[in-house]
Amino acid sequence: MSFSISKQGDVVVVDVEGQLIVGNRQELKQKVLDELERGEKKFLIDFSQTGYIDSSGLGVLVSLSKKIREQGGELRLANLNDDLQTLFELTKLDTLFQISDSRERALESF
Amino acid sequence: MAKPRVALDIEIPSDVKYIEQVVELATRQCRELQMPPKKCSLNVPVALSEALSNAIIRGNRNGKGKHVRVRAVVSDDAIVFDVADEGPDFDMEKMRVEPTAENVMREDGRGLFLMYRLMDRVEHIRNRGNVIRLTLRRE
Repeated sequence: MSFSISKQGDVVVVDVEGQLIVGNRQELKQKVLDELERGEKKFLIDFSQTGYIDSSGLGVLVSLSKKIREQGGELRLANLNDDLQTLFELTKLDTLFQISDSRERALESF
Repeated sequence: MAKPRVALDIEIPSDVKYIEQVVELATRQCRELQMPPKKCSLNVPVALSEALSNAIIRGNRNGKGKHVRVRAVVSDDAIVFDVADEGPDFDMEKMRVEPTAENVMREDGRGLFLMYRLMDRVEHIRNRGNVIRLTLRRE
């Protein structure tokens, strides 16, 4: 499991490879907060290479969403597979996040 | 009807870094039993991951020297996971929070809800510690 960060235009794109769970959520949080501290405002998390997410991982996404909004920025999500979509619907987090079905659409939406 | 068999019986130290490996073993069992793909890729990994992190963080309070035991028993119609910690008793029902529009911004509190939604049955058995028993039908 790892997180890779790249820049596409003015959007910071984070790829979550593997799981987003209690054991690695802090790493994701810190990476995004470091970028936020550098002044970045637009964030996209791409889940195309993600297995499963537990409640701690979901909690980190909520936390990041709040912190980014507080700084006047935006966090968007892309490429949730069927399982992840189910997870977001069950927890009603699909109502909190703007979710796109592709990275391109998400980038265009900013 | 075949006799239920133990498919998994392992003990891990109280450290969240072991969760992913245990979940991988359980998921493999699920696939070998030819359970529906979604149960193997969503229900089992997420519910078991929640039970393990509860046992490690809330039950054992990350205590060094404490352990979590995971057993899986397979019968003709179900797989049953027992996740046992060494912690004090707790009221599982009180900790369960249904997601609503009002609490959607909460950063925690979704773990027990997910376990209940993704398993057919969730039981809390008080032994020397706590045992969370997760039952999922194979079909």
